[in-house]
Amino acid sequence: MTAIKMTPFGIFYHKFRQRRTAMVAGVFILILVLVAVFAPVIAPYDPFLTDYSLSMMPPSTDHLAGTDLYGRDILSRIIYGARISLAVGITSVLFGALAGVTLGLISGFFGGFLDGLIMRTSDVLFAFPGILLAIAIVAILGPGLVNVVVAVSVFSMPTFARIVRGSTLALKESLYVRSARSIGASKKRIMFVHIMPGTLSSVIIYFTLRIGTSIITAASLSFLGLGAQPPTPEWGAMLAESRDYIGVADHMTLFPGIAIFLTVLFFNLFGDGLRAALDPKLK
Amino acid sequence: MLKYFLKRLIAIIPVLVVVSILACGFVHLLPGDPARMMAGQDADAETIEKLRRDLGLDRPLPAQYVTYMAKVFRGDLGMSLKSKLPVFDEIALRYPPTMILAVAGMAWSVVFGVFFGAIAAIYSGKWQDYTAMLVSVSGISIPQFWLGLLLIQFFSVYMGWLPVAGYTGKLSELILPSVTLGATVAAIMARFTLSAFLDVLDEEYISTARAKGVSEQLVMWKHAFRNALIPVVTMIGLQFGFLLGGSVVVEMVFAWPGMGRFMIDAVAVRDYPVLQALLLLYSFHFVFISLMVDMVYALINPEIRYE
Repeated sequence: MTAIKMTPFGIFYHKFRQRRTAMVAGVFILILVLVAVFAPVIAPYDPFLTDYSLSMMPPSTDHLAGTDLYGRDILSRIIYGARISLAVGITSVLFGALAGVTLGLISGFFGGFLDGLIMRTSDVLFAFPGILLAIAIVAILGPGLVNVVVAVSVFSMPTFARIVRGSTLALKESLYVRSARSIGASKKRIMFVHIMPGTLSSVIIYFTLRIGTSIITAASLSFLGLGAQPPTPEWGAMLAESRDYIGVADHMTLFPGIAIFLTVLFFNLFGDGLRAALDPKLK
Repeated sequence: MLKYFLKRLIAIIPVLVVVSILACGFVHLLPGDPARMMAGQDADAETIEKLRRDLGLDRPLPAQYVTYMAKVFRGDLGMSLKSKLPVFDEIALRYPPTMILAVAGMAWSVVFGVFFGAIAAIYSGKWQDYTAMLVSVSGISIPQFWLGLLLIQFFSVYMGWLPVAGYTGKLSELILPSVTLGATVAAIMARFTLSAFLDVLDEEYISTARAKGVSEQLVMWKHAFRNALIPVVTMIGLQFGFLLGGSVVVEMVFAWPGMGRFMIDAVAVRDYPVLQALLLLYSFHFVFISLMVDMVYALINPEIRYE
């Protein structure tokens, strides 16, 4: 065998490709993003168009996923719903990650009082399971999608802070960071240029795995009536509307649920693949 | 050992204080005047003033906190704005159903989770492994409320085997909600058992056992499985908190008369005394659960104690 010199990205890509499920998941996520972006072009109907003569029609060639109580096309609503779920899922984890990474870096790098303060605060946040914390935040801010994003960001934050703090503590004592310090690099430079990139692989893994959880949490809040309000075509809210018609119009329960399930499943499989490829502890 | 327990016990005090300050000061985080928010939109100035005085909202914040906590220790959680009944009684009514649901969900998710995790580890790389892990990743990805609706659809509406919703104390009513609640945790437990098991299989005493001719079955079940259970036990405690949180959604799906549904109703009608009490109660539970987990872990793993 000839030894091929590989770049770090090459090694990653090579390992990642071996996980076929993760590759499939990646392709699905890409398609989903495209569907969300081009929703107005792809959706066969206006997701808000009501037609009472078509109330709760089962799937047909005209309406592939059937219609809901108000005769709206469920497939179109699911396609538009992808925009909401992806946007809420990704932005909330992004905000949580930005805040968490910064806090984790500060906590690990400076130690002492700041470290204690940040870590005790995250202990308090950890004391609540995500969904309860989110409900409490929505109870304060009021129902709505923006507040759901705030709520989900807040409960993603402490985990990012902990992960980054852990890696920062380890990297702070590494040879290259000590060298950087000895040649007089500023604290800011050491934190963001030397330490932060070293923490990124675990952040990326957790980021991907977290998107699935966030999408479920956001959909759950909408299902509970605390998130997206009718007539917004949000998957969780659509399921809430379907609840009273179990046994009467089962397609209303089936399709939005499949949309959430597959989206979350593929994000999780993708995250698992990333972890397998990026985590040095796993073979 | 005792020293470690005391240290952990003291360490949770500040967390409890902060949590209780948040739960108590929660109404002041509301945008606008809390008394006006609670009284409702069409309340007149007099009603608002009375409510403000009754709840002590006109007094300085530290004084409010001390009064609130003093009342809490006497079992007085205030009055529900909606039902006008003591919050304590309202919660006492709903506490048992939630706990029954959480314990039932935990019980079967541990049994199934550990079983499938062990199977996946023993048949590592074979079809049993892939099947168990595919089921597990699906369990993590399925929204609980959807799973609940599907189970109702199939077992209650079409098959007519189980009641659709509600709880009057019958065992048959507990089956679907507890399965729904436990599904995610079962999936997490399976993954966790798998990795704990694989870690143990790398240990030297496993190679030793194999080398001295112990049968593979005995190695797996006696040497490996028992040691793999140690981290799994602590995971059970942590997941119990998750189950309590998840029960909010499941209770809404199955019209379960527990604390979770009470909480959502309280959010909807802005019944803040109820919300305050529930937040306090939930968070104290979670803090104590994590304390118990740490202690059990210290008991079974001596390395932690001497850190």
